[in-house]
Amino acid sequence: MAQQPREQWGTRAGFLMAAIGSAIGLGNIWRFPYIAYENGGGAFLLPYLIAMLTAGIPLLILEYGIGHKYRSSAPLAYRRISRPAEAIGWWQVAICFVVAVYYAVIIAWAVRYTWFSVDQAWGEDPDGFFSNDFLHVSDTPGMVSGYVAGVAWPLVAVWVVTLTVLIIGVRRGIEVINKIIIPLLLVLFGLLVVQALTLEGAATGLNAFFTPDWEAMLTGRVWIAAYGHVFFSLSVGFGIMVTYASYLRRKSDLTGSALVAGFANSSFELLAGIGVFAALGFMAATAGTAVDEVATSGIGLAFIAFPQIISSLPLGGPLFGVLFFGCLVIAGLTSLISIVQVIIAAVQDRTGLGRVQTVLLVGGATALASILLFPTPEGLHLLDVFDHFINQYGIAMAGLVLVVFVGWVARRLPVFQSHVNAISSIHLGLWWRITLSVVTPILLGFMMWDSLRTELTENYAGYPTGFLLAAGWGVAIGAIVFGIVVSLFPWKRADAIARDDAAQAAGAGAAEATTKEGDN
Amino acid sequence: MSTSAIVMMVVSITVLWGGLIASIVHLRRHPDEPESE
Repeated sequence: MAQQPREQWGTRAGFLMAAIGSAIGLGNIWRFPYIAYENGGGAFLLPYLIAMLTAGIPLLILEYGIGHKYRSSAPLAYRRISRPAEAIGWWQVAICFVVAVYYAVIIAWAVRYTWFSVDQAWGEDPDGFFSNDFLHVSDTPGMVSGYVAGVAWPLVAVWVVTLTVLIIGVRRGIEVINKIIIPLLLVLFGLLVVQALTLEGAATGLNAFFTPDWEAMLTGRVWIAAYGHVFFSLSVGFGIMVTYASYLRRKSDLTGSALVAGFANSSFELLAGIGVFAALGFMAATAGTAVDEVATSGIGLAFIAFPQIISSLPLGGPLFGVLFFGCLVIAGLTSLISIVQVIIAAVQDRTGLGRVQTVLLVGGATALASILLFPTPEGLHLLDVFDHFINQYGIAMAGLVLVVFVGWVARRLPVFQSHVNAISSIHLGLWWRITLSVVTPILLGFMMWDSLRTELTENYAGYPTGFLLAAGWGVAIGAIVFGIVVSLFPWKRADAIARDDAAQAAGAGAAEATTKEGDN
Repeated sequence: MSTSAIVMMVVSITVLWGGLIASIVHLRRHPDEPESE
């Protein structure tokens, strides 16, 4: 059975924009500034850089290498490394499904808040407005007790845009939208930072952000925070980079591209840190308090602290708000597209269905789950628990299992090293294998153990045990079970795709190194 | 801002944004070979 030719990025810049668009997400804006501030301020640069060079970028290169060598979605690429590893791929597909259903909702909130910024609809009480007037949050988690139309319609819009881009395809959809909106994100965020820097108190905020606490470098917590942040920030562990790299041309500079993507992600985070802390400095100056009294992260920073800042601005409040929430929408949307693409690519490889059918069927089902579950009074509780458990026991654990499997069980790191070296400008050495087989597993393993220890001693965020078992552990373990069960079914197309791919590679005469390493 | 904060701001900007510029320059000097197919 002849396979459809695999889609391909139009240009290297297009792939890079998409990879950068995927890596730059909400976490760069609302997580990094606070993590850096909490963990040594300016001194955090040291563990952060070391973590990026000894774990983040090596892992990024590994994912690029796997996707590029096998030119397949995550489950098929891992299956071609070793048959049992297919389960890790389907596990990542399930993780992407869970993340997509709640991540889209935060983008929908940001869409509404972009509009709310114009007349500062939150009034004097952004906290009460967010929880009560906007989300109608229930006091306790539980069964869905209502539907919040004000969240539902922007959520539908987010899904329509996402699925439309995916229907159009990799080259004309994902690549084109990223090439337009990533530069736009940079311009808009640049304007936001310039405005933030002109505010009274901005220097105080930057002082708090950059003042180094060198003693903090002696504590393990800071190093774990650095490795944890780099891991989550670079979008590794989802299968996204495997999927995106599978659409690269045969001769692509993988290490050079990984360095650009990694540094672009970090450069944006630093810009976000400057903008956010300049604004928090202004907030502290207005309230007559210290920066540590107002410093926060996540949903609290974006939907409670920033509205307060916007309302206090003497001039240009609506512009500041539109820029901030508009940037959240763009950063979130490009990441959401990449997350859903992991699912689409896997189902396409598995079933042979066309792109449009797959997006409508599988993307539609993902959108439906998101639209049914989250615009509800219980949605915020569900989102909080999904996010915590799928990050810790989904993304991070799948990343750990993948590096252990590739490095220690299948022992394929040398294979990927020579594949990458055959086509890349910067050659990988022994250091790359050591970072992936020793440094990354030890740190991810420690993160997992540390997190599990906390989990077993106290209920996450004080939620009832029954709710955590169902929505937290249930979802995280469910994703693993899904991965194992799907991988047990026979997959005849997989062998046909592998054969066709090997034949094309040989025909193109472009894969001397690739064919030698023994595709199976 | 304190001197140490200014120094760390300059160092962070130089390392991260400088790293980005250096990696872009490096990549541009190594264009991908055209496909033979």
